[in-house]
Amino acid sequence: MDPGRFFASSRVLIVAGKGGVGKTVSAATIASAASRSGRSVLLVEVAGRSASAPIFGVEPQGYEQVTAVDETEQDDPPRGRIVLQSITPDQALMEWLTTHGFKGIVTRMASSGILEVVATATPGIKDLLVLGRIKAFESEGSFDLIVVDAPAAGHALGFLRSPAGVRDAARTGTIHRQAVEVLDLISDPTRCQVVLVTIPEETPVNELIETSFAIEDEMGVRLGPVVVNSVLPTLAGLDADLVSLDVSDAERNALQTAVTFRAGRAALQDEQLTRLGAELPLDQFRLPQLFSTTIGPDELAVLTEALLAEIEALPEVES
Amino acid sequence: MSTATFAELLAQRQVVIVCGTGGVGKTTTSAATALAAAEAGRRAVVVTIDPAKRLADALGISELGNTPTVINGPWPGLLAALMLDTKSTFDEVVRRNASDDDQAERILSSRFYRNVSGTLSGTQDYMAIEKLAELYDSGDWDLVVVDTPPTRDALAFLEAPQMLSRLLDNPIYKLVTAGNRGVFGIANKAAQTVVRQLARVVGAHVVDEAVAFFQSFNGMEKGFKDRAEATLALMGDERTAFVLVASPRSDTLDEARYFLDRIRQANLDAAAVIVNRMLPSTGLSLTQAQLLHVSLAATDGAGVSRALLDLATASAADDDRVADLAEAAPHAVLATVPMLADDVHDVDGLRVIADLLTR
Repeated sequence: MDPGRFFASSRVLIVAGKGGVGKTVSAATIASAASRSGRSVLLVEVAGRSASAPIFGVEPQGYEQVTAVDETEQDDPPRGRIVLQSITPDQALMEWLTTHGFKGIVTRMASSGILEVVATATPGIKDLLVLGRIKAFESEGSFDLIVVDAPAAGHALGFLRSPAGVRDAARTGTIHRQAVEVLDLISDPTRCQVVLVTIPEETPVNELIETSFAIEDEMGVRLGPVVVNSVLPTLAGLDADLVSLDVSDAERNALQTAVTFRAGRAALQDEQLTRLGAELPLDQFRLPQLFSTTIGPDELAVLTEALLAEIEALPEVES
Repeated sequence: MSTATFAELLAQRQVVIVCGTGGVGKTTTSAATALAAAEAGRRAVVVTIDPAKRLADALGISELGNTPTVINGPWPGLLAALMLDTKSTFDEVVRRNASDDDQAERILSSRFYRNVSGTLSGTQDYMAIEKLAELYDSGDWDLVVVDTPPTRDALAFLEAPQMLSRLLDNPIYKLVTAGNRGVFGIANKAAQTVVRQLARVVGAHVVDEAVAFFQSFNGMEKGFKDRAEATLALMGDERTAFVLVASPRSDTLDEARYFLDRIRQANLDAAAVIVNRMLPSTGLSLTQAQLLHVSLAATDGAGVSRALLDLATASAADDDRVADLAEAAPHAVLATVPMLADDVHDVDGLRVIADLLTR
């Protein structure tokens, strides 16, 4: 599939997965691939910490928008841009109250502890308002694509459940209307899809499968392709005869350790990838394991190329 | 690093709180820690939060339960486990603190309570600690191991025991409980204004329910507060060890560093750092692996030397990061566990980890 077409399929991509599977890096890679395809991308972090800024090699700027990549001057082929935005639940709640007629008393509400009561009275309100903020970005239309680095672990489910929860808990009032609007967004596959991230290991794959059924069946939210991170690249020549190599014994032992380890990991990984494919009928985007210490712009470029190749390998879908 | 060993730590402490981000093997480490104590002859119980299904099945705790299930095995001590049931633990807390059955039922049947007990962030932490305190107080156990919910913020866990008493300290609570006739019966004019505005946001019935909920707690504040103080004291002194679990991946080690900073803000420290999933050592330095790769590049050994270089690169990076973490936690016991071929699904697998932790 043409990457430009892939990234045009919905305006909001929510990237979710349990901790330690490289969710933030995956979200950055998706944003980067979209920008390479000429899209202008807003990459939203909701964990309250700008973890993606270093991946782009820029300084985190708190809650201000930061331009991480801007190649819009290049138009053959056209390139896009990436802007980073961090949103915290508390900030989303304060902001929402300020813009919904409670400006005068927001500070008083905060200091009197009433915000805590609002949040307790309506579980999920903060998550809902983070999604509400994302919906506002979507309606403003300043970006072609909004990539959301969703909260980790089980929180991703709570995050996506929050609109329905709040709609049912607060049956009237302005917050109820907000919940309905956000539900319209997340349940419309032409506007929003969820991209789940995992690594090719047993427990992460199990959790991904469970999460995906919860998201599609229970919430009616459309799942996009699954990102599988840290896939060991296939290595030719692992069956070489070590005895015939002109190396010392220590070197031969080291080579043997490495070959045994690599072959063992590769076998486990293939087993998990096959199982994932059998149990979850979604396209898989496989990103290579990088052996570098940190993920910066160079590593991001490698992952971006890999993702673009995976998107191009998808069959074209008639719409 | 501390010169003490993990085995010594388990022999000395009565409570071990296992912390760390998700995906680093926290639950498995918690269970293996309790098993190691049982192997040393202690009566150990582990409170798990959300174990992988196969491990839970193997331990016989695949159902949520609030009483420990004893796991039989060839160890001199006692090993038991339970999977925390947040909701019923919360119900027990309410029943224990209520002045009579009527008050307990009023709270338990309120929709606001169900919201609070089911979804309020921090509830799981709070109930894990309640369960910890209950098991500790029972006197049935020499060591209580608690697996914590995956959270970025260690302090959220430390603050959890105060969650309810803090909610009840809320000025709004005081305002609404001063009168007793629902939202629009609140006597205080200023409070009425705030509450009416709140009703515009979330709807009047939500506010009504909240007010009724707060009013139903009347008289229970002291019980919650006393319990929170006792639990904080237990977690804050030498009876308790905080054990930080990490993997050598840079992002989880960053989280581990952040965790150490946060826990120190509460004047506590990690007693042990356990790094899981360490890559095997090749026996060669990174430079040696690089040189070998160059010399074999044009031979049949190109593939195998690439595999060696990849492993040596990743393993050297792991070692560096673990050394950095060790430096950041000079008073903690450091234990490393190699990356295993498969996930741990049974008691035999746990014994392997327990042995690695206490070797």
